[in-house]
Amino acid sequence: MSDQDHHQDRGPADNPGSDSGRSVVDTDAADPAVRAIVAGHGAFAAGIISAVEQITGRGAVFLPISNAGLCLDDIQGTLAQALDKTGARVIFTDLPAGSCTMAVRRMIRERPGVLLVTGANLSLLLDFAMQDDVEPALAVQSALDRGKASMAVYGA
Amino acid sequence: MPIALYRIDDRLIHGQVVVGWGQPLEMRFIVLVDDDVAASEWEQELYRMGVPPEMTVHFSTVEDAAANLARFESHGEPGIVLVGDIPTMQRLVAGAGGRIRTVNVGGVHHVPGRSGRLRYVYLTPEEEQGLRDIAAQGVDVTAQDVPSARPVPLDELLASTVGV
Repeated sequence: MSDQDHHQDRGPADNPGSDSGRSVVDTDAADPAVRAIVAGHGAFAAGIISAVEQITGRGAVFLPISNAGLCLDDIQGTLAQALDKTGARVIFTDLPAGSCTMAVRRMIRERPGVLLVTGANLSLLLDFAMQDDVEPALAVQSALDRGKASMAVYGA
Repeated sequence: MPIALYRIDDRLIHGQVVVGWGQPLEMRFIVLVDDDVAASEWEQELYRMGVPPEMTVHFSTVEDAAANLARFESHGEPGIVLVGDIPTMQRLVAGAGGRIRTVNVGGVHHVPGRSGRLRYVYLTPEEEQGLRDIAAQGVDVTAQDVPSARPVPLDELLASTVGV
């Protein structure tokens, strides 16, 4: 069995909190509030959020939504409900022309201040997750820069 | 400024180190302590590519790192000292003359012969003794993969069991 097999992804709901009072460094171990929604095909959102959780322990800043089995109206309704429930002001989607993206674009016409970022990748989400106290627009721009810069080609 | 983190992690430079710890602690440098990597330009280039531009990486043998800890601590900005295994940390602690006060066990993954203690810590009996030896020198040894996780004290770590 590889070491990867031993890494059980922790979902946002079971992000461990600090209860020992001992720490290598002082950190804020409280579960963060949801600051953004990640929406995409299949298990894209849940998968990429589990990666954020494994790397940073901050997967709980994102709420995952899948388009699986949903028509456009249902996706739009689900996303609207998620925005209202969480108060999040940012939505990340996977494909620029995916159904989640199209639904968000329709929805946010009536929701000034909500930001949509398409083509989300792990570097982008990690950077956003680490920016606790930054205005959403600024956090999104920084994360976007990091996400774009993470794409590279090596070899011939 | 003291080194913010002395970490044992068999993946050396990877996401948990660079992003998980590096960003919240505003790390500006990593001292990667590994005799093999210190002798390999190719390995060093590989690890350099894994860190963001605001962070620098110093490659060092155990002997050189122990001799230069005071210099790294006077850097003025937060840094992390990273080793890949418990014996290396044992050697570093032994050579550091009491400068190392805390050790973070961040990732010792499964290989045959190791027993599961946490989902990211698997240890042989020799490695368990190695951690006890480090603690016996007055070092606070805890296991913690990411900053938001609870640091697990050594006694609790060694008493824990996870399935393979």
